[in-house]
Amino acid sequence: MNAIITTAVWGVVMMFGGVFFKGKDTPRYAAIAGIILVLIANCLEMNDQVFFSPDLHRMFEFKPFGLLFNAVAFACTLLYFLLNGRDVARVGSNVSEYFALIFFVLCGVSIASSFNTLLTLFLGIEIMSIPLYILTGSDKRNLKSNEAALKYFLMGSFSTGILLLGIAFIYGGNELASFNINDLNLAGRMPAMIGVGMLLVLIALAFKVSAAPFHFWTPDVYDGAPTVFTSFMATIVKAAGFIAFLRLFSKSFGVLHEQWQIFIAIITAATLVIGNLTAVFQQSVKRMLAYSSIAQAGFMLFAIFALNDDAREGLILYSAAYSLATIGLFAILIRLEDYTIEGFNGLGKRSPVLGVTAVIFLLSLTGVPGTAGFMGKFYMLMAALKNGHHTWLVITAVLMAAVSAYYYFRVIQAMFFREAGTLSAEPRDITPGFKLLLIVAAALVIMIGLYPEMLLYWLHS
Amino acid sequence: MNCNTVYITFPELLIWFPLIAGLASFFIRNQGVAKAWAILASIITLCISLTGFLYTDMSAERDFCLNNVSYEWLKYIGSSFALGMDGMGRMLTLLTAISFPVIFVATYRKSYAGSGSFYGLMLLAQAGLMGVFTAMDALVFYIFWELALIPVYFLCSRWGGERRIPATFKFFVYTFAGSLLMLVGILYVYQHTLPIQGFAEHSFAWKAFQNVQLTAGQQNLVFWLFFIAFAIKMPVFPFHTWQPDAYEQSPAPATMVMSGIMVKMGIFAVIRWLLPVLPAASLKYSSIVIGISVAGMIYASCIAMMQDDLKRLAAYSSIAHIGLMCAAVFTANTTAMQGVMVQMFSHGINIIGLWIVIELIEQQLGVRKLSQLGGVAHKAPVLTIMLVVMALANIALPLTNAFVGEFMMFSGLFQYSIWYAAIAGTSIILAAVYTLTMIQKVFLGESNALTGKIRDISWNEKVILAVLVIAVFMVGVFPQPMLDMVKDSVTAVLTKFRNG
Repeated sequence: MNAIITTAVWGVVMMFGGVFFKGKDTPRYAAIAGIILVLIANCLEMNDQVFFSPDLHRMFEFKPFGLLFNAVAFACTLLYFLLNGRDVARVGSNVSEYFALIFFVLCGVSIASSFNTLLTLFLGIEIMSIPLYILTGSDKRNLKSNEAALKYFLMGSFSTGILLLGIAFIYGGNELASFNINDLNLAGRMPAMIGVGMLLVLIALAFKVSAAPFHFWTPDVYDGAPTVFTSFMATIVKAAGFIAFLRLFSKSFGVLHEQWQIFIAIITAATLVIGNLTAVFQQSVKRMLAYSSIAQAGFMLFAIFALNDDAREGLILYSAAYSLATIGLFAILIRLEDYTIEGFNGLGKRSPVLGVTAVIFLLSLTGVPGTAGFMGKFYMLMAALKNGHHTWLVITAVLMAAVSAYYYFRVIQAMFFREAGTLSAEPRDITPGFKLLLIVAAALVIMIGLYPEMLLYWLHS
Repeated sequence: MNCNTVYITFPELLIWFPLIAGLASFFIRNQGVAKAWAILASIITLCISLTGFLYTDMSAERDFCLNNVSYEWLKYIGSSFALGMDGMGRMLTLLTAISFPVIFVATYRKSYAGSGSFYGLMLLAQAGLMGVFTAMDALVFYIFWELALIPVYFLCSRWGGERRIPATFKFFVYTFAGSLLMLVGILYVYQHTLPIQGFAEHSFAWKAFQNVQLTAGQQNLVFWLFFIAFAIKMPVFPFHTWQPDAYEQSPAPATMVMSGIMVKMGIFAVIRWLLPVLPAASLKYSSIVIGISVAGMIYASCIAMMQDDLKRLAAYSSIAHIGLMCAAVFTANTTAMQGVMVQMFSHGINIIGLWIVIELIEQQLGVRKLSQLGGVAHKAPVLTIMLVVMALANIALPLTNAFVGEFMMFSGLFQYSIWYAAIAGTSIILAAVYTLTMIQKVFLGESNALTGKIRDISWNEKVILAVLVIAVFMVGVFPQPMLDMVKDSVTAVLTKFRNG
């Protein structure tokens, strides 16, 4: 509850603050202060210190798992603000509003991790999405940004419609006439109405997390949006989509897991294959990361496929690993300005700190042991195998992970094994603080990779 | 068992020391300091390894305490950071410990740009290899297996030859894909293990893996998941295509690490993680594996005869030798298995010696084509003698170390099947053909304008090659200590294999 309230309040503060903030950097500092506040509020709730306890009528449920995810999301946002705060200011003149929108997204994230009815699920998803439509189009004079925003908005609205339709079906099929996700009482058999509703919801959520074959919007939107916001959309928001997905399907439809598991298996396999194979052909690192986000979504789908404790822990690990690495990479990418792979040529020599941390992030995304990305993938595969008979899916996944090495390592090769061209621009605005933050992020990636218990501790205690 | 008086064990020292020394090395800017640092660190590691080797005679309990350690790590999924050394582990860590100072001293004259990072990566690779050979937990094993690969990939891609980027990338993707399949295999076996202790439902411990009960169908699936990973690493035909390119394009020290030690990871892994865990499937597929190994031996030997490039020749000859080891492992025969153990050590020494000689020639003359060389013996007699010893050891002449191993392996293979033994035996003849041709073309005959310029080797190279030659003869004449050392591993594996 703390997180929902503080994010919403701080979003409003930031929005009106735009009128009063005088200095150029004030909105950024205010946002950083706000996110720290939100993080503290959330951590207090993890220790059972709640600011307000209104009667929620079973609309929300705050469990350690959801709160832990919130903490990961807020910590990553803090890192994101610290690394990219100045770049947010560069997008346009309404700096304070951009930060306000991001706080509203975070409010949606905290709803998505704690909803208990289909209505609150809908609210959470929409509160997450609508600010993103605006952020995507925030580079007003850029035609690509406009196109991306319109495309995202139209496709997003369409999937929202499907989500609503699905919710209506499920509500209609529920004998208790309740929106609560625990009241479905399926007891081994799936009424047709609920079955149709579940499929529609599945499609809508698959759209939100950009799973194939509903991924078509992703590359264009991620490529067209201002790069700072792509970084945020592709990581924290996507992970939150998965948390909502997992929560709904384990609570409502968990009993009939075996009946719908095959749909998820097919979607997972398709997402992995399409995401990875398309990423191989990209020449722009930004677009490559867009496709890689689809590929990584394939691995996160394993959580919904497996639906056991390992999968839940794995999803937390995976969200943290993926968000840290991707935010770090985007932060470096923004400073480079040249988004082609050639733009990275010789970066390892020109700026060793950027090069080495980028290597750690890329190794983590590839899933090399010793990094957080490995532990995420490891938990996902373990969960999937524990769950049962779809060994083929796991083998597909690891082969695709090997394919992913191809495009991630192209960047590593460019940075360390190729010489910088004469035209390569120097990365701009590299302050010691920026380097230090990158080192901190890389160290976190390695620490989680070596000792995941430091994150999962909250679930076990 | 009460191990309270033991503060640190040998496996830990062998991993942490090179790891820390390697990380420190990244911050060294001066080239000379980096070299000295690497040599010093690797010699200290060698001393640790030798000390551990000499301590074996103490009481069984204390010996166990000094060589085995287990820390709580991921207790909720049943994985602990467990290390341990049996005879085989001791032998292979000793090989690793010997190889690195040898490589560093032998390539002392060659300078690499950014040598702090170069030697840092080398030492990290050493730490990874030590971890692979001492891991007693499947997850720890997997992590070290990959950690040994990453530094070598960076070494080869940054300091390698002209086509280094595609060649080493092929190597990386091949081995990475293989090891991911192994990860699936490990997880699959894990789901059927019984817990060793506490919290978790299953366990990654080596003991738990050994005692796992899998049906025949499950074993067959997991067998291929494991075997492909190991076969790529060894490499066994038809998974060998990455190897000649990678060896040719890599900088010499990395090639030595790859061919001297890393390929042993595959054989080691079969003995430690495949045979005892999946006995039924190993027995079932042994004829197929031996078949492809033997086919690979002949194939690689034939290609080696056609090579004009010294490095590629050595690479293909290595494939042939590894093929024999792989075949011998799957005969599951005591003699052959002991032969494999001796040969793992011997092959490491011999192939590193061979690479050193090739590297010395290339460093001085800038070429390594047989057709451009000739008459080196006139100008460089010491180098020639050393190479001839190494080359003869490579074709397993009696009195050399490889003879002991190959003889035992062939005798085991003979008991398994006369036909396989006969076919595999022809590879010895082929080996003699390509090795002697090489000696003839490089060292004998008239010297030409190019080879006339060669100087004989300097003192550090003499010392190193002399050490290797002594090792060649020592193991060749008196292999018993080595056989005694690995006896416990061989007995344990085969007992498990026959009862399973």
